[in-house]
Amino acid sequence: MKKFLIALLFAPILALANTSTAHIDKWPGSVSDKAALQNGAKLFVNYCLNCHGASYMRYKNLLDLGLTEQQVKENLMFTSDKIGELMRIAARSDEQKQWFGAAPPDLTIVARARGEAGNAGAGADWLYTYLRSFYRDANRPTGWNNTVFENVGMPHILYGLQGQQVMNHETHKLELAVPGSMAPAEFDKSVSDLVGFMVWMGEPQQEYRRTLGWFVLAFLAVLFVVAYALKKEYWKDIH
Amino acid sequence: MAAGNFEKYKSDGSLAGNALEWVDARFPATSMWKGHLSEYYAPKNFNFWYFFGSLALLVLVIQIVTGIFLVMHYKPDAALNANGVPIAFASVEYIMRDVSGGWLIRYMHSTGASAFFIVVYMHMFRGLLYGSYRKPRELTWLFGVGIFLCLMGEAFFGYLLPWGQMSYWGAQVIVNLFSAIPVIGGDLSLIIRGDFVVGDATLNRFFSFHVIAFPLVLIGLVAAHVLALHETGSNNPDGVEIKANKDENGIPRDGIPFHPYYTVKDIVGVVVFLMVFSAVMFWAPEGGGYFLETPNFYPADPLKTPPHIAPVWYFTPFYSILRAVTYPLFGLDAKFWGVVAMGASVVIFAFLPWLDRSPVKSIRYRGPIYKTLLTIFVICFFVLGYLGTLSPSPMGELVSQVCSVFYFGFFLAMPWWSRMDKFKPVPDRVTFK
Repeated sequence: MKKFLIALLFAPILALANTSTAHIDKWPGSVSDKAALQNGAKLFVNYCLNCHGASYMRYKNLLDLGLTEQQVKENLMFTSDKIGELMRIAARSDEQKQWFGAAPPDLTIVARARGEAGNAGAGADWLYTYLRSFYRDANRPTGWNNTVFENVGMPHILYGLQGQQVMNHETHKLELAVPGSMAPAEFDKSVSDLVGFMVWMGEPQQEYRRTLGWFVLAFLAVLFVVAYALKKEYWKDIH
Repeated sequence: MAAGNFEKYKSDGSLAGNALEWVDARFPATSMWKGHLSEYYAPKNFNFWYFFGSLALLVLVIQIVTGIFLVMHYKPDAALNANGVPIAFASVEYIMRDVSGGWLIRYMHSTGASAFFIVVYMHMFRGLLYGSYRKPRELTWLFGVGIFLCLMGEAFFGYLLPWGQMSYWGAQVIVNLFSAIPVIGGDLSLIIRGDFVVGDATLNRFFSFHVIAFPLVLIGLVAAHVLALHETGSNNPDGVEIKANKDENGIPRDGIPFHPYYTVKDIVGVVVFLMVFSAVMFWAPEGGGYFLETPNFYPADPLKTPPHIAPVWYFTPFYSILRAVTYPLFGLDAKFWGVVAMGASVVIFAFLPWLDRSPVKSIRYRGPIYKTLLTIFVICFFVLGYLGTLSPSPMGELVSQVCSVFYFGFFLAMPWWSRMDKFKPVPDRVTFK
């Protein structure tokens, strides 16, 4: 009977043994780093917000990153002049589908959508690895492929910064063939900032939510002491 | 003890007293207060497991109140907005971002859904531990099973509303199950969907079921559940009938008035529950990807089937039983029998009062057979639940078949094994230290 129980307990772990092979780097950033988020916002509106919308997000939410309305209007708003506008794009998804084969997805909550059961932070790690894993591939219509997202429709939009990687078919590793405007470490930091911005954008009030949690728990702790004392007082004559 | 046998309130001449007398002459206010609270005698030996009934009521209230506010901002519309996103999906993100405090209300509701099932599973397990379903409380138990069924429906309909990928394909899979029923299956699933695929018609009717039909039935069943309980009086961890031993005033010697004793005790339970609830809601509202499944952050796309469609965690034990059935029988395909098995695995709880033939109610006075079998049953339930979250695999299938066989064996063989145990003598009075 005991053996049977143990077999029952461990069987699901065996049943689980199927995971993806691509190596995923851990996202090194943090959503509480305001300077990094501001840099990420700059990269996002310059590089991403042409093809990808962030259509649940309003420009005015960017004020939460410690920017003034003036700064947001001058540096981050290219398609609209109203701070309350949604971060939309001009391109239509049906046209984009013709250009790329698939319409570029909205990125507002992509960091959350890319998470996994049991690992909600997996989305950030995936994005951080994906954006650094493009390489030259003459067989693809865009000239680019990606080790994490095979035959991806998106070209390497950050290649001016990173340079051009090629696949070494002997080691199966990526190598930098043409350097970009940024050193590799600098580029990694920029991608980390960009991913941080997307994590933040997935839920702009997340830091406030976590902070508020402490106050609520502190209140409940005090309430617990009172409630417990009340219960003790009432129950002292029950034998 | 039932409401109605109490004297009407007599005024002391004060304004408030006069008002109460006026009301009491026209409405059973005093009777209800006394019959259900201040003179409803509950056993004094309730333990940890007895918190979950009042907590289930608390979660019901949380769901109704947060639900009312969500309906003010949510739009059940599958059409695409100007940005190419379904309006229903966009309205949930609108609640999360633009509605003041909307994120808090939405997280309370989504965390509340999982909390509801956790609390109800604990509450049901309490019944198994102490034989709460046994005579004379069969009807209380049956109303409870009704509540559980209703809750499953409520959760299923509600899960479609955010109109994410998992909402959409989960509903597609479950509604398709009905098509496995011979002859009427195809038309039945068509009627449920209101369309040939899950679409706007489905979303609208599920919204209607979720906010009106099922909550109404749920509240009615909860009222019946509590009324039936108060008619027989509560069971307790010893499984002793406290009404069998009354004092000269007709009050059970081991009973204490529900109010104030259990109201103050339940407040402690409520506070502890709210601490756990808040910790999840503020610090891990996705519940590790189990309370809010991550694929549901993609809007529903009828043209893109996700590689792995998993129901939310609280359905996975039953979903595993569905998937475990892989043999066709009597010329009907395995899918149909899977649906039958899944339905049976839920409904079988209703038969417990008549399946259990043990001379004692509580696990405290039952022997090793019950303790062993109940432990394996709980393990099977967890293993089935875990396997239901994974993609199908040959090993998983085999394990879930073994667990399913045990699951049904536990119930179906109960009339025999429940009699065979080594029982301990049951005391006349409850144990209370």
